[in-house]
Amino acid sequence: MADATLQHDSVQHGIQGEFEAPLFGAYSKKVGMWLFLASDSLTFGALLVAFSYNRISNPAWPTPFAKESIINSTIMTACLLSSSLTMVMAVFAAQRGDKLWLRNWLFATMGFGTAFIVLHGMEWSKLIGEGMTPFTNPWAPTVPQFGGTFFTLTGMHMLHVTVGVIYLGVIALRKMFLPILGALWLAGYLLIPANNVFHYGVHALLIGLIVSAVILFLKPKVYDAHDVEVAGLYWHFVDLVWMFIFPLVYLMSTKIV
Amino acid sequence: MQDAAAHDDSKGQYFWVWGALLVLTAVEVWLGYKQVFQPVAMLEVLLGLSVIKSALIIAYFMHLKFESAIMRWTLTISVVACFVIMYLFFFPDAGRILRLGVK
Repeated sequence: MADATLQHDSVQHGIQGEFEAPLFGAYSKKVGMWLFLASDSLTFGALLVAFSYNRISNPAWPTPFAKESIINSTIMTACLLSSSLTMVMAVFAAQRGDKLWLRNWLFATMGFGTAFIVLHGMEWSKLIGEGMTPFTNPWAPTVPQFGGTFFTLTGMHMLHVTVGVIYLGVIALRKMFLPILGALWLAGYLLIPANNVFHYGVHALLIGLIVSAVILFLKPKVYDAHDVEVAGLYWHFVDLVWMFIFPLVYLMSTKIV
Repeated sequence: MQDAAAHDDSKGQYFWVWGALLVLTAVEVWLGYKQVFQPVAMLEVLLGLSVIKSALIIAYFMHLKFESAIMRWTLTISVVACFVIMYLFFFPDAGRILRLGVK
């Protein structure tokens, strides 16, 4: 985080052309992540606009989220906001070379992220149990698109949080994280009942395991403060997107008893 | 160019930002649960609060406030322009459907 701009070699040694200073004055990994996040924000922007469009053009839009769902989603929001703070602390620890606290803060961030995924999974299971599918819902038969827009938007976000937790696990533990991820996938697959959507959804961890293994074995390296900062950018973005999903999906569909 | 020591000194600002984000979330929950506004006005108010929250996250947690001016403006203008285009395309139509009472 401290290295917001880069004093490039070309500036120091006057070798123009061969090593030109980067346009944004930041190291390339960071610029690359920002550009990815800009494009990803358009993906989420399209989904959010689609949801908002449907919401305000359908007066009969269902309002299934009662008090317990609002409390649940508020706790999820607090988890993500707190995880952003612990991520900032992790970046500070990386910059001062404090490996112990870097891991501790990364674990705290992963813990908040995992809590978010579990709470969201419970919410999904509850809604599916009440009869909601991507094509139908029991509250407003004339608005079948509620399920599709809800599951697409929140599912896409949940996938991003899952990828973020795996990303931080790789940064924190490198190859040591692979068996942990494998154990989590196996435990999830064996323990989650077969009639639950997450019995199959947990395979996202297997895909994450394969991709992480390819990266870690093809390009093994010790991740430095810049890598932690770049991972932090991704994590904060996941938090940022939820700041729009939470009011739009949950607070715009509260059930007042 | 920012200095590592200078940022360590200002670590407390991140706790303030975190606190502000939690307070804004509480305000959103109160507005949503009490249904203070009609849907369209509620959408505008909640999205307004979300924009403030996202600006805090981008500026402080994602550190864009401390990046170079060219990076700040290039990213902000390009993303905001895309969202404005999306808004102009979709929302007037959504409001028109509502006024015409199309089922």
